[in-house]
Amino acid sequence: MATGAVTAPRPQASDRARRAATERSRGENRLGWKLVAPAVVMMLLVTAYPMFRALYLSLYKYRLTAPEDREFVGLNNYLAVLTDSLWWIDVGNTVFIMVVTVAVELVIGFAFAMVMHRLIFARGIVRTSILIPYGIITVVSAFAWQFAFSLNNGFVNGWLPLVGDDFNWFGSKWPALFAICVSEIWKTTPFMSLLLLAGLSQISEDMLEAAKVDGATWWQRLWKVIIPNMRAAIMVAVLFRALDAFRIFDNIYVMTRGAQGTESASFLTYRQVIEQFELGIGSALSVLLFLSVMLIAFLLVKLFKVDLAAARQEG
Amino acid sequence: MGRPEPHTASRRKHPRRRQVALGMVAVIASSLLAACGGGDSGKPTLTWYINPDPTAPGGFKGAFGQAGIAERCSTDEYTVETELLPQSATEQRIQLLRRLAAEDTSIDLMSLDPVFTAEFADAGYLAPVPANASEGVLQGAVEGASWDGKLVAAPLWANTQVLWYRKSLAEAANLDMTQPVTWDQIIDAAVENKGTVGVQANKYEGYVVWINALITSAGGAIITETDKGADADVGVDSEAGTVAAGIVEKLANSSAAQADLSVSNEGTVIPYLGEKASDPGGFMVNWTFIYATFKGGDEAVFKDLGWARYPQSVEGKESRPPIGGINIGVSAFSENSDLATQAVECITSEENQVTYAIETGNMPASEAAYDDEALKKQFPTDLLELFRESIETAGPRPPSPYWNTVVSAVLSKWHPPSEVDEKTTPEETATFINAVLDGDALV
Repeated sequence: MATGAVTAPRPQASDRARRAATERSRGENRLGWKLVAPAVVMMLLVTAYPMFRALYLSLYKYRLTAPEDREFVGLNNYLAVLTDSLWWIDVGNTVFIMVVTVAVELVIGFAFAMVMHRLIFARGIVRTSILIPYGIITVVSAFAWQFAFSLNNGFVNGWLPLVGDDFNWFGSKWPALFAICVSEIWKTTPFMSLLLLAGLSQISEDMLEAAKVDGATWWQRLWKVIIPNMRAAIMVAVLFRALDAFRIFDNIYVMTRGAQGTESASFLTYRQVIEQFELGIGSALSVLLFLSVMLIAFLLVKLFKVDLAAARQEG
Repeated sequence: MGRPEPHTASRRKHPRRRQVALGMVAVIASSLLAACGGGDSGKPTLTWYINPDPTAPGGFKGAFGQAGIAERCSTDEYTVETELLPQSATEQRIQLLRRLAAEDTSIDLMSLDPVFTAEFADAGYLAPVPANASEGVLQGAVEGASWDGKLVAAPLWANTQVLWYRKSLAEAANLDMTQPVTWDQIIDAAVENKGTVGVQANKYEGYVVWINALITSAGGAIITETDKGADADVGVDSEAGTVAAGIVEKLANSSAAQADLSVSNEGTVIPYLGEKASDPGGFMVNWTFIYATFKGGDEAVFKDLGWARYPQSVEGKESRPPIGGINIGVSAFSENSDLATQAVECITSEENQVTYAIETGNMPASEAAYDDEALKKQFPTDLLELFRESIETAGPRPPSPYWNTVVSAVLSKWHPPSEVDEKTTPEETATFINAVLDGDALV
């Protein structure tokens, strides 16, 4: 009875609490919307117009220097792109760069995050030196790596064993892609480690202590405690970096200008719109690029099975 | 009681704020107006978008190159001011075309690469130039400044490529350089003597300069009937195309090819000609600036430097060397196009062409300028004669509004040079250029 008496009012209390909570959260929600409304309106103004404009232009055959020859072609531009081997080669390159760089960055970035997290002395200096590459402009880092790999004035050939002094890194596809990936990884690994560090610092020391007391080895603690609890942070890091890597442009522009079949999908789009002034087919390419980015984001969110809203409240 | 206070306080503050704001607006507006108005005197300013000139030599006083011309061509009626365009011709084209497509009135005059002049003219971005601008101008330069049978820009200077080589290597190979040589001969000579043959074969327009010269020298053309725009006739799949592909294939797969052939440009090929007298050196096709480059380098190497007419693609058939340079165009959207047209006469005058050539090493487009005493002092007579003759008989790249598209299409089939195959490349290129011009393929 006593238990019943104690437990009976509980649901009522919790009901009231829940009602109050829902009332309050609804209010908060409304307030939230009001607070972000100006930003949302502004974003729609500056992003929705160009997006719809691109969508509209993609239905035309339209060269900027010959506006009077503009002609409605329906979905022909999309058809031309999707049936063209160049598009698929470039998408292949882009996916390759994305997968390789994100995978390598995840591993190195995780190691850096662990170092930054566990460090007891010289924390500031180590953290700063790890983050320096991220502070460098991509174009500058691309030039630096281009010079490093260059046949005429680079040092890579001299430093690497098994590589001849006259090896031309930008002379064929895979070595050139390798150089591009190295530059990309060097530049953005710090960003990855920063995001992972945030996730790492959210793991409760108690859980790690408990695992230790239960006799878990370092390896087991890493795989059973640390990584599962960092899933949201890893997902955010991978998502950000993957989307960034999929839009890769600067490194390719500086290092190869797309030569030797190293072009990415965004470089192809740039060439059509900016160099060839083909606004129609270029817009179709940008729409396809946008859809690809959406698809990657969707797949990654599904893959990690993380509720982004929930992930946000975990901290 | 609590509320009115800040209210009155803010009211008190407002007039001051407003004054400050009005003051700032006035300052900004007046500075903007001053910037637009072209000075106090009301004298109009003509803005000339120029490509970068070489760096002025140490000790040079005053305005150099095109900036110097601008200064000399400013009159009581107007002032000519220069704005610098990016380094590469492709980037220059992009910036100018984008501005002109938006009908930018801030451009009055522009320095245009001959290969893009047709595109600007076809789009209606160029105002007429003085009718006499082609008088006394070398034929090759006139062709590069014309579209649809009309002169659309005024040539300021003309560039051309010749064959630069090390005399010692040519001697060792028993090549008589007083007679025209063929590509086959120089490749073989370089191979036998451990030398190299320098060409421009990076994935950029410069590579198409080479391909175009090979094809025109063999009597063909990449495209013809260019006035039909996207419906131009593609001529790569021809005997001349096969000869050209054969030369590229032979060089790329020989030991005369430089290690960085697939990324080579006008600058990367220079060291291969030898930085010291003991280097084997070799041959190189390159623009006129090479003379000044080697003049300032190692003395023994400079003494060993030779020059000859651009190599022949087919033995016995006169070569058609590449031609470049700069034309001066008047913007169709200029608010001072009459004055700008007047300025063009001064900018491209013979005196200015000579001064410009002496300062920068960029050769005049005017034939008479080659007889100028001051210019003769600067260059050996036989070299000046070679430049003049080379420009006169050059094989220009086809003037077409679609040239940039054609270049991209050619590059996607001819780059890297080691994959060029004389049996398949010309045919594949022709099919691809047609598909690209029809809008059926991406390039």
